[in-house]
Amino acid sequence: MFKIINREEMAEGTVILNEIEAPLIAEKARPGQFVILKANETGERIPLTMADTNTEKGTITIIYMVVGKSTALFKTLKVGDAYQDVIGPLGKPTHLEKLGDVICVGGGTGIAVLHPIARGLKQVGNHVTAIIGSRNKDLLILEDKMKAASHELHVCTDDGSYGHKGFVTDILKKILTEKKDQIKLVVGIGPVPMMKFVSLVTKEFNVKTLVSLNPIMIDGTGMCGGCRVSVGGKNKFACVDGPEFDGHKVDFDELSSRLQAYMEDERQCYDNFCKVQD
Amino acid sequence: MAKNEKIQRQPMPEQAPLVRKNNFNEVPEGYTDEMAIQEAKRCMQCKKPACVEGCPVGVDIPGFIKHVSNGDFTKAISKLWEKNSLPAVCGRVCPQENQCEGKCILGKKGEPVAIGNLERFVADYERKKQLATRPAKAEPTGKKVAVVGSGPAGLTVAGDLVIKGHDVTIYEAFHKPGGVLVYGIPEFRLPKEIVFSEVAGLEEMGVKVQLNTVVGRIVTIDELFEQGFDAIFIAVGAGLPTFLNISGENLIGILSANEYLTRTNLMKAYLFPEYDTPIVQGRKVITIGAGNVAMDAARTALRLGAEQSTIVYRRSREEVPARQAEVHHAEQEGVEFHFLTGPTKFLGSDKGRVIGMEGLKMELGEPDASGRRRPVPIKNSEFELECDLAIIAVGAGANPLLTQSTDGLTLNKWGYITADPETGKTSKKGVWAGGDIVTGSATVILAMGAGRQAADSIHKYLTWGW
Repeated sequence: MFKIINREEMAEGTVILNEIEAPLIAEKARPGQFVILKANETGERIPLTMADTNTEKGTITIIYMVVGKSTALFKTLKVGDAYQDVIGPLGKPTHLEKLGDVICVGGGTGIAVLHPIARGLKQVGNHVTAIIGSRNKDLLILEDKMKAASHELHVCTDDGSYGHKGFVTDILKKILTEKKDQIKLVVGIGPVPMMKFVSLVTKEFNVKTLVSLNPIMIDGTGMCGGCRVSVGGKNKFACVDGPEFDGHKVDFDELSSRLQAYMEDERQCYDNFCKVQD
Repeated sequence: MAKNEKIQRQPMPEQAPLVRKNNFNEVPEGYTDEMAIQEAKRCMQCKKPACVEGCPVGVDIPGFIKHVSNGDFTKAISKLWEKNSLPAVCGRVCPQENQCEGKCILGKKGEPVAIGNLERFVADYERKKQLATRPAKAEPTGKKVAVVGSGPAGLTVAGDLVIKGHDVTIYEAFHKPGGVLVYGIPEFRLPKEIVFSEVAGLEEMGVKVQLNTVVGRIVTIDELFEQGFDAIFIAVGAGLPTFLNISGENLIGILSANEYLTRTNLMKAYLFPEYDTPIVQGRKVITIGAGNVAMDAARTALRLGAEQSTIVYRRSREEVPARQAEVHHAEQEGVEFHFLTGPTKFLGSDKGRVIGMEGLKMELGEPDASGRRRPVPIKNSEFELECDLAIIAVGAGANPLLTQSTDGLTLNKWGYITADPETGKTSKKGVWAGGDIVTGSATVILAMGAGRQAADSIHKYLTWGW
């Protein structure tokens, strides 16, 4: 059992943080890696990239958006409750090296995944410019942490309730235009459409771009092939070959489509769960 | 003619095909006490039993059958346990027709003794009655053995070594033990409760089972040695799905057999929404491939409500690699077979879901490397087959997760671990390997046979050195 020792609600309760006791995973995990969590006997295996680890306390932190039955079930877990199963660390860690100027772009809960990577890139000596965005001010997460993990932070909201009104790609484009040849790497993590458009923008400027993918997955060890994504026309398994890939080569439309595979089942399951909760 | 040749082989009572194709309960219902005794009486008790030679783990077959014919089922299980720690599993999934029963002297003129059915009966009897005592354990040796993977090979090694007094820990990547017995083989062929009960038996003997542990990620082989293990057995299975690499294969509704079966068996998607993991419920289902896994997938599809479940295979009926009994069960339940048919592409809807398969008819040409006649496409024989679920069951490759994270392991050109066929020893000191990660996809009992050999070799090493 993997006990929750700290829990926070963010973005008006739509996003939940859990700090979980998992000393062995905390010891081994590196930025960019993920875990698979299963709440109870009947639960699904849900992959989530770790938002943080603490080797002294022996904990890992996950931050997830409540989108369906499984995450709604996760949300019911209180401090002192436990996940039945946590498996990890899985996937390849982010390759952190000193490149010079880098830009980290995050959207929604992708900011939680981006944060340890931005911090890592800063620690190895890069100049980190961060751009984070959300639909509105109340849904924005981890602004303070991203400020600390970067040298320069830009915030965008779709409705203009905070920071720049518009998309993260607006700011990205502006910076790339100004500093074109200086930027050595862009890391974009967020909803699939955001990663797609970030990659389209950086392609124009020919700047290397990493994205972190979260397709439907079962085992997380390369055994089922459910998480296959087309990268440069070849099938890659996000669980073992990723989760990070070259954004210029990923077929985002195929990924979006494959993420819809169980939409109706998920809705049915979620509705049942909500009824029971009421 | 000897007396026992006159008794007919006792048929296995089974759920009727039209009933069972709608449920996940086990197909064979098992012998009654009387049937088991009758069947056991057919055994000639040969002085030089050929059946034992046919058994990869060398079970004393006439020995246990003798006890059955005397009605002493508890002595029979003790006899089985001497050589086989998983009799309830083996009685169900071993290809007996090619092994023990294939060698039975009665099979020369008529039907061989139903050794598998008897093994299963004895194991089930013991599971219900719990009368037998497990074999006695040797004094603790103080040696620690790590077993990576809790499938048939790993469980066999654990069982063999714990009896010899070693301290055994099994590491399993999934949240349940059993490996392919749990994620791969369907409930209707091997109820999961049986696997868990066999694992619980090992735990009672002192084997420790660490679930949720992906060796190669959370701990490496070298780190296990640093933690004090004296020997390590790697039995992680093949575990890398093969795809066809044809157009449209990433459409929604096209799954590897591994994914389809893991969702259904391990995650219990057949009980959705009581269990949270969903599964594509095809109306018209195509399974590509004709091995045992393909039969499992095609039969699972029927149980999940398919109106039509079709096997598509590029060779002919003669080359089908699945056990005849599995093909027979599938046909009884209404699975259709398209032989000499090769897929060329999948067709999708505007929503990205699979709606059909395009294929070519084949004819058999010259024998290929496998000795089987090579299928050759017939020109202009294109055709379409409608489907809303396609399962790719054309075999598996070597999963590189563990092997890539381990220095000093020699692999063959396909990525499988090179191990001595007699002992299971790898190129790395103190490390053995067995099962599908050495041989490529094979059977449960062959993996258990490899486990038996490795356990003997590990025991010698722990006693005498490398």
